[in-house]
Amino acid sequence: MIATEVLKKPANSEPAAEPLSPERVAYLEGLVRKSRMAAAVFSQFSQEDVDSIVKPMVLKGLEQAQHLAKLAVEETRLGVMEDKVIKNMVATEFAYNYVKDKRTVGVIREFRDRNLTEIAEPIGVLFSLLPITNPTSTVLFKCIIAIKTRNAVIFSPHPRSWRCCHEAIKIMYEAALRHGAPEGVFSCVESPTLADNAYVMKHKDVGLIDATGGPGVVKAAYSSGKPALGVGPGNTPVYLEKSADINAAVVDIIVSKTFDNGTICASEQTVVIDDEIYDAVLKKFDELGAYVCNERETRLLEKSVIDPQTGFMQPMAVGQSAVNIARFIGLSVKPDTKLIIAPIRGVGREHPLSVEKLFPVLAVYRAQTVDEALRICVDVNHAGGLGHTAVIFSRNDEVVRKFGVAINTGRIIVNSPGAIGALGGVYNDLVPTFSFGCGTGGGNSTTDNVNIYHYLNIKRLARRTQNHMWFRVPNQIYFNMNAVENVRQFPSRCTVIVTNPALEQMGHVDIVRRHLCPKTHIHVSIIPDAEPEAQVIRQGVEALSFYKADQIVALGGGSVIDAAKIMKLKYESPEADLEELAAPFLDLRKRVVEYPSGKPAKARLIAIPTTSGTGSEVTPFAVLTDKDRGCKVTLADYSLTPDVAIVDPQFVISMPKRLTADTGIDCLTHAFEAGVSNYASPYTDSNAMQAIRLVFKYLPIAYEKPDDEEARSMMHNAACIAAMAFSNASVGVNHALAHAFGAHFRVAHGGANALMLPHVIAYNAAVPAKFMPSPYTQGYVAHKKYATVADLLGLGGQTVEGKVALLISETEKLLDRLEQPRSIAALGIPKADFEKAVPEMTEIAFNDPSWRSNPRMPLMSELSDLFWKAYEGRGAFRIVSGTETQAV
Amino acid sequence: MGTAAVLAIEEASLISLLEKAKKSLPHASGEFVLDFSAVHRIDAAGLRAMEEFARFAHKKEIQVVLRGVHVDLYKALKLIGLTDQFSFVG
Repeated sequence: MIATEVLKKPANSEPAAEPLSPERVAYLEGLVRKSRMAAAVFSQFSQEDVDSIVKPMVLKGLEQAQHLAKLAVEETRLGVMEDKVIKNMVATEFAYNYVKDKRTVGVIREFRDRNLTEIAEPIGVLFSLLPITNPTSTVLFKCIIAIKTRNAVIFSPHPRSWRCCHEAIKIMYEAALRHGAPEGVFSCVESPTLADNAYVMKHKDVGLIDATGGPGVVKAAYSSGKPALGVGPGNTPVYLEKSADINAAVVDIIVSKTFDNGTICASEQTVVIDDEIYDAVLKKFDELGAYVCNERETRLLEKSVIDPQTGFMQPMAVGQSAVNIARFIGLSVKPDTKLIIAPIRGVGREHPLSVEKLFPVLAVYRAQTVDEALRICVDVNHAGGLGHTAVIFSRNDEVVRKFGVAINTGRIIVNSPGAIGALGGVYNDLVPTFSFGCGTGGGNSTTDNVNIYHYLNIKRLARRTQNHMWFRVPNQIYFNMNAVENVRQFPSRCTVIVTNPALEQMGHVDIVRRHLCPKTHIHVSIIPDAEPEAQVIRQGVEALSFYKADQIVALGGGSVIDAAKIMKLKYESPEADLEELAAPFLDLRKRVVEYPSGKPAKARLIAIPTTSGTGSEVTPFAVLTDKDRGCKVTLADYSLTPDVAIVDPQFVISMPKRLTADTGIDCLTHAFEAGVSNYASPYTDSNAMQAIRLVFKYLPIAYEKPDDEEARSMMHNAACIAAMAFSNASVGVNHALAHAFGAHFRVAHGGANALMLPHVIAYNAAVPAKFMPSPYTQGYVAHKKYATVADLLGLGGQTVEGKVALLISETEKLLDRLEQPRSIAALGIPKADFEKAVPEMTEIAFNDPSWRSNPRMPLMSELSDLFWKAYEGRGAFRIVSGTETQAV
Repeated sequence: MGTAAVLAIEEASLISLLEKAKKSLPHASGEFVLDFSAVHRIDAAGLRAMEEFARFAHKKEIQVVLRGVHVDLYKALKLIGLTDQFSFVG
């Protein structure tokens, strides 16, 4: 019999909802209220309670599968009773098989390695719209997953399948109630109308809409303003590729396309067949009970089963058998014909049979090439099937993957029947469902097979993770007088010494040369005594390449050692883009750019510092001046760290007084900033504290008595030790300020640091206006760490605040002893010039990566304020920002 | 303000105890305390009785305090909008 009811209409032809009577509103309110009460009761159930309800429901569903299938066919006059029995059994048994051992109450999953715990929260009240094509199976499935997830459901069946749905709901409800489910957990809208649906969809107490049906229903669900799962139509393309097992493929397609007379929306619609096997495939279809139309019959078929106005299938054909359809259109077929096959030559409105056909009519297309086949499948996919289902038959995995990439559907079924394959759990390991998420292509929020996890709010307990930290330094550090002798132990065929002219004149190069391995060929590369430029690096790399150097000795201050680091990088990885490598980053381990790695080292880098401040001999940093762009480029990566550091004080004995002070203060600033850094660890703390102690003790002596070997040696060690701390804990806001100020007014780095230091200690020790987010630290401890330093220095003080004030005072005294200018004004910089420069310096300081590990997150206004404090000079301990005002 | 009357509620006899409480309400002065610390779950009939009791107390203008309500039960009361009708302590 041909069904005459209207099954599907395009979305825009849905009739407008009638206004509801007060009685009807009261009725619907009662349903929602009952469901809300049930959900409230259900929310108190345990996993065991829930599981003890689900199993008997499933058994009841299996028991009633045939009864419900008969009812569905009698009422809807769609599909095949025997197939509907199978559907009902899949909806219960396969669904249960998937959900039975899954946790859906309380803690449902633990990810111990990620410190994450997932906890289920029921949605509460769901509103579920049911289709005409799969009515009872959809009810059985949704009832099972609703109970498993502790949700109450209000069902609204399609008017033409209301009775069978109601019966299925009643059976499930009674089974659930009998085993402890809350009263009112399922309900069914009597004689539902579009107005009823619209009212309930928008109800404040409905948490989720699960709409399975035509495009109008799905659109209404998504337009309601409520979270919705909407599962609409499909248009399944099938690629039958030449490597496929033809017999198996044809059987699978017939199984699927004739299953319940093709009412499952995942069933095959257009089969694209490779030319090489096309005739064999059609022959096989014919042998197995399909009728292949000629061109005239195809025209007749398309006029009859596709509405020429809308381009959609005629509702009268939906769910009918092939024989009935043939009879209806006057086609003469054998009485046992299972399927009607219509060859088509393209996709779109000119080829009406290329659309979705929920009846056993299958379009076929002959493709000359793989690319043509894929293009036609894409066209079918885009002709109403986006997001839904696609099928491929092939034994060529490359083609299968190509198809998977080309087609936009949530399910791509391989070598199995589309309809039953998409349901999941039968032919594959997809999650069993009766609701296919169709992704954004289908106007849905998911491409998943809808199941229990879509009926839950999944909460995630995210525990604080213990980030891995590190302490990385060169694997060999030699120190104390004449430590340079240790270079002899490193075999080298050719060594390039990178240094500057002054050091060569002073005879330092000769000292190194004397101690190098005797057979080493030595080349000296003299570079200017300034931060390296690209041209200097280029020339250095040329020399390294020319001599095929296997060892580089960097003899000099920070600039020389930095230059040697970059030369080595470019020598070993010429493709390295320095500008890109200098890209900003927040966390070294997560930064975007990657330094070259995994290549065997061409040359060993031995760093011999001739100043006691930068610590470049052990740091992973290098600064390059980019003359073209007029800026400095800072490179930071542990691969830049020298292989060997020689900390020999003989190279610093002759350091001038001013340089001794400047570099010594730089060293002190490194230690202070590493000490309070958010990246500080017990490993860096021990180095930072020891360096501070050494500086306070020995820097004044080294400054005042340059020939004091012990003081020189200890300051040289202090610089290296502080550098080990800040190599791993980084620096802070002091450096950001000093970089900006020093560059603008051409003030030496150490001197610039000195001007900021007391103010920055006071700033960091106060309660921050803005805390710095940091997974590495627990609580704000900067002030306590300064107090610890004060204790280490034996400064006295009773309270943390008092100790910090004493530390600032002691720092001021040290700077005085080193004859440092104590204010920017004292440098002779006019206030007007400074005032003009502050906004730009503030911007630059804020963009400086140095402060990223500072314990206190600097606001722009605070940076500006710090510049002005440094301009005015003394009295940092009395102008602590925030709420504290300290006095010694 | 008078002394608070306290009635311990047992899960198994929730409805009858609430009925009993309703009878005591008109004589209560000040707040009326129901001790829920022994109640772990309430079914639909119990929730309806709670709703009815809340309405009754509201009409009589008696402040009802629920003591020792477990969080699962509190969430259930929240889901049906009953937490606004009572005060909670303990």
